[in-house]
Amino acid sequence: MGKYRRKAVQVVWAALTNGFVKGFLPGTPNLYSGPLKHFCVPGLNCYSCPGALGACPIGALQAVYTDRHRGAGLYVLGYLAAVGLLAGRFICGWLCLFGLIQELLYKIPTPKIRVPERIDRKLRYLKYAVLALLVVGLPFFYRDAFGSGVPFFCEYLCPAGTLEGGIPLVLLNKSLRAGLGALFRWKVFLLALFVLSSIFIYRPFCKYLCPLGAFYALFQKVSLVRMRVDEGACIDCGACEKACHMNVAPCRTPNSGECIRCGECMEACPVKALSFGTGLRKKERIKEETV
Amino acid sequence: MKKEVPLKVTVIMLAAAAAVCAIGVLLGEPQTVFAKAASICLECIGIG
Repeated sequence: MGKYRRKAVQVVWAALTNGFVKGFLPGTPNLYSGPLKHFCVPGLNCYSCPGALGACPIGALQAVYTDRHRGAGLYVLGYLAAVGLLAGRFICGWLCLFGLIQELLYKIPTPKIRVPERIDRKLRYLKYAVLALLVVGLPFFYRDAFGSGVPFFCEYLCPAGTLEGGIPLVLLNKSLRAGLGALFRWKVFLLALFVLSSIFIYRPFCKYLCPLGAFYALFQKVSLVRMRVDEGACIDCGACEKACHMNVAPCRTPNSGECIRCGECMEACPVKALSFGTGLRKKERIKEETV
Repeated sequence: MKKEVPLKVTVIMLAAAAAVCAIGVLLGEPQTVFAKAASICLECIGIG
């Protein structure tokens, strides 16, 4: 039941935030350009998707850094920190379109690969490097001969931009097809790699490369939405760890930066020792207990 | 198990994040975001 509820939330959210139907009509490119585009959606969602109603936070941050009048990115950084403090990586599990796409690909019935822990643990750090270098460092400091910056992550790595923006726009608009070259081929190659690996590995982009997931992971231990373990009830059976596709051990590290708050561990726990909680609720419970 | 970070810390950090965001708004950063987001980002889609 919980699994279907999460899928429903993911699908409804994806439809709501990409609901500009006019953008999907063939002809001249016609992106939504109303006031909502001033605001960022919480998940990775290319703002060049024909249906996008909001801005991608990672794209927005780079837009500020690569602008001629380079800014500090306080608007986006403050927004992302606030979202991270409220929900942490709950966003990844419930409100990210690209995460949903990877999950659906993983549903294709094939043998699945569990990356060996030793390699997996090292690869997880890559997303922090992507955040530091491709999203912040290079776009902020590098300037070309004309004084413009380059959004390195969007331009050279982001598969969401190719899937949600590039391919639909190129298919819908003849005029854009004339501009296709080596960069587009590179991005399609990368996308194919992620699509293929998503069939065998659970959310590989989220695990290893997503800079947005890396940013939210920094707030996981202090976010309002947290996971709690009832240590008195836990029988240490390992069912939660087995159920976790993100390779976390929820009973030992419930607020790990790798947990996307999908809640599958809670469903798997035979004694219901795991639950979502907030600091607010804890206070209420203490109050109830003392009365 | 490690002790949880108190709610007070989260609230203080949230207030700081909101303040940082507000400063960004005052500096006009939403306009830069809008200018980029409202038109096709050629770099994002692999053309630029």
